[in-house]
Parts: sequence; structure tokens; C-alpha cells
Amino acid sequence: MPARTRHVVTNLSQPGFPAYVRLQFDELRGRWALLAPEKVYWPDDISVAILNRCTGEATVSEIILDLAEEFEAPVEEIGPDVRDFLQEWSDRLVIRCGGRKA
Amino acid sequence: MTQTVGPALGMLAELTHRCPLQCGYCSNPVELLKADRELATEIWLDTFEQAADLGILQVHLSGGEPTLRRDLEDLVAGLAARGVYTNLITAAVTLSRERIGRLAEAGLDHVQISFQGARPETTERIGYYRNAHEKKRQAAGWARDAGLPLTVNAPIHKLNIDEVPEFVDLALELGAQRLEIANVQYYGWAYLNRSALMPGYDAVMRQIDFVEKTREDLTGILNIDFVTPDYYADYPKPCMGGWGADAFVVTPDGKVLPCHAAQSIPSLTFDSVTEKPLKDIWEKSEAFNRYRGFDWMPEPCRSCERRDIDFGGCRCQAFALTGDAAATDPTCTKSPFHGDLRRLPPEQPIRKRVIGREKIDA
Repeated sequence: MPARTRHVVTNLSQPGFPAYVRLQFDELRGRWALLAPEKVYWPDDISVAILNRCTGEATVSEIILDLAEEFEAPVEEIGPDVRDFLQEWSDRLVIRCGGRKA
Repeated sequence: MTQTVGPALGMLAELTHRCPLQCGYCSNPVELLKADRELATEIWLDTFEQAADLGILQVHLSGGEPTLRRDLEDLVAGLAARGVYTNLITAAVTLSRERIGRLAEAGLDHVQISFQGARPETTERIGYYRNAHEKKRQAAGWARDAGLPLTVNAPIHKLNIDEVPEFVDLALELGAQRLEIANVQYYGWAYLNRSALMPGYDAVMRQIDFVEKTREDLTGILNIDFVTPDYYADYPKPCMGGWGADAFVVTPDGKVLPCHAAQSIPSLTFDSVTEKPLKDIWEKSEAFNRYRGFDWMPEPCRSCERRDIDFGGCRCQAFALTGDAAATDPTCTKSPFHGDLRRLPPEQPIRKRVIGREKIDA
């Protein structure tokens, strides 16, 4: 087995969900739930907007551009926040970057 | 007093008390149920439907050894059809590659495998099962081959606390995403065997330092969840996130409990899914409402600034150590019983988990 290393998120990373994580809308509570091993996260609207763009194909740059357009915010303003957010969720192993399989 | 009861989030389904292992700290009650008391497949499936309606998003399929239920695939499929996240909690000594494949196909989301030791001889000695370690390692590999994420669960006590660093190596080697360093909590079997199991203060402090450092070093590589040994804490754990707050347990015969040890409190009676709708039990039953919220709290909990943090701690532990389930958990420095907490009975051999033995003297 290859040694595992921590992924450092860059503009070229392609964040996506591993098979064991699910983002789903909870009808009963009227909000999004992120289901992971032994944990349920309740991401806020902004987090959901980012997480829903984590397709495993789009790069971090593309995600930032897309968000900047949708929320009419400057790229240089939201860029660092989005990268920090993705690094944090990557560190929790809830999102995984690159095309590698689990 | 009426209060709004929110939807439940998590459910622990104890499908059976049967288990190939005989660990002396089993979280099942001391009086174990035989197979003829277990719920039928249809009742479990109906209970899971009701649970999903009630807002349950995660079900932990546990036991005993849940894979001894031949209908486990059907139960997983029923949950998966409702979008419920399924977590299999297994000792993994009786699994085959084919069975794991079928469970994955049925929609299983995650597997947690317990290791009684990080070394083969420890695993065998604690669980009383020959060659258990190798079987577990093999099953972990099959789970990863089936694309399932893996948690290694390490129950920690005096006899394996020195192996904590090796548990980290084991989890990395097996390709686990998550390692649970779970210090044994002392109710039921573990309370009975506490003199043989409770680690000493120095070993616990060494463990805490190691886990904190390693967790930092392995950020983004391995998630380490740490269940602390509350006998050495100053404040209690927020047991179950509060009694009846967002989770419940269903026993092999269908009783619905606020926590897995709740039957150790003799003044409580529990409703069964065979008699009442789950929603009624969750919202209205006396057992759930007895310690829900804050109104039941006596002093010093009632006016404590930490009551929203730890909810007064664990009711079962309060009962076991003080005789009063509403008392402050003695792991809290504010409890008058705190000083007696670490006074142990004379050491005696571990009493093995067995089904059907006549009452065991504590």
C-alpha cells in the first residue's frame, strides 16, 4: 500500500466526495446534512454552495470562479476562504482531492 | 411539564447479544438475551422505517455480533433504500470475503472492526478467541477491497494501554480512515471487572499526551477519535449528548433505551417497538422524559454553568456509584462522591461475558 500523505489544497486540486461521504437534503429538518462515518455535519448555505461544487472534476480555481460569479464577489476576496474551507474538510477526510480512488 | 422533543438523529441497533468473543468489558448488559428473544426480520425492517420517519440519519448495526444475524443484508438494504447511513460494528472473526461483498452490495456505508489488542497475543487473550487477530486483519482487508471505509476500534484498559502507539500503526497499515481510541467506560461488565481493567493514572496521562500529539501529526491522514477515561477527568462526559436529546438504542428484543446501559437503572421501565410506535416512545415515554432537558436536575447541576456542556454527565454512572440516578455524575469534582471514585475493590480475575449464566455477584 502506498504511504498516505496529507493533501495540501491548491488551485489545481480537484475536490470530491469519497464513496463513504454523502451530502443529502434532509426534508424533515429542511437543511443539508453531510453524512460521514459516525458523524453528521450540518453545513451552512455558503458551505453547501462550495460542497455541491466538489464534483471530483472541477478544480479549486474553477470552483472559486463559479462562486464569485454566483455570489457577485471578487475572486481575490473569496479565494483564500474557499481554499481554507476545503483544506479543513480535506483534513477531516470528508472531501478528497485528485483523481485517486479510496 | 411539557417540552418540545426534536427529531432523533442516530440509532444504535443491538441486533443480537450473541457474540463469538467474551470480552470482560462488553457494553451489553450483564444479563444477556438468548437468540430466541431476538426480533424477527420484519419487525426490524418496520422499526427502521419508523426510525427514518423520525429523522434518524445514521444507524449503527451492532450486537453482540451483528453479522450472526443471517438477515443482516436485508436490514442494510432496507436502511439504504431510505437514505440512512449504515455503520456495521463488528468483531469480524466470523466474516468471509463473500459476506462482506454482499453487505457492500446491499448498500453498507461503513465498517468498524474492533481490535482487542494491537498485538495478536493480546487480541486473543482479551476476547478469548483463537487466532482472532489474524481473522480481523483479513476481514479489514476484504472490507477495503470491497471499497468500504474502515474504522479500527480499540477499547483501551489496563491490559492494553501500552499498545496505543501500536494501534496507530495497525490502523495505518490496514488503510483505515479512522481510529477510535475508546477507553472502556465502567458500567455493566466493565464495572464488574473494574479492578482488573482500570488503568493507573500515569498510564492514562501518557496515553493522553501521545494521542494529542499523534492526532496533530496525522491530520489529513487518519482521523483519531479519542474517548477519554472519565474516571480521571475533572468534569463528566456529555453522555449521549444529553438524555433523549438525539439518539436512542434498540435492544435485541425491541426495548427502546436512552442509552445502551440504561437498563442498569432499576427504577426505569422501557417500552418496546413490539408494543408501541417508535415516535410515541421517543416523544412520550417516561424513561426518555425522566432525564430530558434540565428540569429534573438537582443541585449542584441545576445552577451549574456547565450544565449545557455536560448535561450532568452519565445517569447510569451516577446510579452505579451513588445509588441515585439523578445525582451529579461522580466524575465531576463537584460531586461529594468524587473522592471515592478511584477506590477499587481488591483485584480479582476477569469474569468473562457469557449468555445465560445465573446472576453474577458484583
